Amino acid sequence: MVGLAIVSHSEKLALGVIELAGQMAWDVPMAAAGGTKDGRLGTDPDKITTAINEVFSEDGVIVLFDLGSSYMNTEMSLEFLDDEIREKVIIIDAPIVEGGVAAAIQSSIGKTLSEIKEGLKDLKLGKISE
Amino acid sequence: MSVNGLKIIDILNKIADVIDENKFYLTELDAAIGDGDHGLNMSKGFAVVKEKLKEDTGSNIGDILKKTGMALVSNVGGASGPLYGTAFLKAAVVMNGKGEMDLFDFVMVLQAALDGIKMRGKAEPDDKTMIDAIEPALNVLKDGVEKRLPVKVTLKEAVDAAYRGVEHTKEITARKGRASYLGERSIGHQDPGATSSALILDTIYQAIADGR
Repeated sequence: MVGLAIVSHSEKLALGVIELAGQMAWDVPMAAAGGTKDGRLGTDPDKITTAINEVFSEDGVIVLFDLGSSYMNTEMSLEFLDDEIREKVIIIDAPIVEGGVAAAIQSSIGKTLSEIKEGLKDLKLGKISE
Repeated sequence: MSVNGLKIIDILNKIADVIDENKFYLTELDAAIGDGDHGLNMSKGFAVVKEKLKEDTGSNIGDILKKTGMALVSNVGGASGPLYGTAFLKAAVVMNGKGEMDLFDFVMVLQAALDGIKMRGKAEPDDKTMIDAIEPALNVLKDGVEKRLPVKVTLKEAVDAAYRGVEHTKEITARKGRASYLGERSIGHQDPGATSSALILDTIYQAIADGR
């Protein structure tokens, strides 16, 4: 099953998305990377790396992020991952609530990493500059 | 004229102090057009930089800059973490294994830092970001090196160019970061990231000019 990491400036927000997504996809591995180490609003590459490793399996991991700098920190965290893990991790541009719920449900019914990516395509917000 | 690793550590400590002294000012600038955490985030990050460099013997400047970058990446929280973090990590590659740094090295370091910031933030000049302070400064430095102007003169002119860049950010609309949500309402406010970049460059100049 594809794992899901939710990156948000707010720890509560990240946990809330997982709570919501878990309602319909309770068996999907999900981890929150919200806020900074010392509990401020913000994102932290170390927390993101930990979240990805926590939900990682051979099926891969999808990472969803909220605002601006959370994407930069997610990119940085990927650079800190081992190569064999990194190639199975994708960052997707989607709203974390809708994207998180959709990704979790699709993972729970056995969709692959690339199928889920394709499925979330229509939710694109333009958060990742091409 | 070149500086050794211990001097670099000294300059980084001074930068940490200047950022700390200006944290409320930077945060105030950020509160006007952003999420109001720039100064506090930066001072938090640089406090960790100071801590991490305490035991460093200064033999490898690349290592010093790498420690600085990693501390910022892991402890800042806002956009300035990955941006300044990447800048220092890229600069670290240029200085790896070197124990001395001259003006020519500094040009390469600042170029690598600027390229790193552009790569990470996918921003360009006139987006109302730190790039608007760093790029003009770098251009002046390159010019000074080419004309073989004295180091202090070149650094001073580069700092002036950075502050002019900061002034310029008042006239333009933010196209990156939280401020971009404000659109034209961001005009009239100077960019906090450009301001902290100018403060950092100024601190480097002051430390070199003092000769202490």
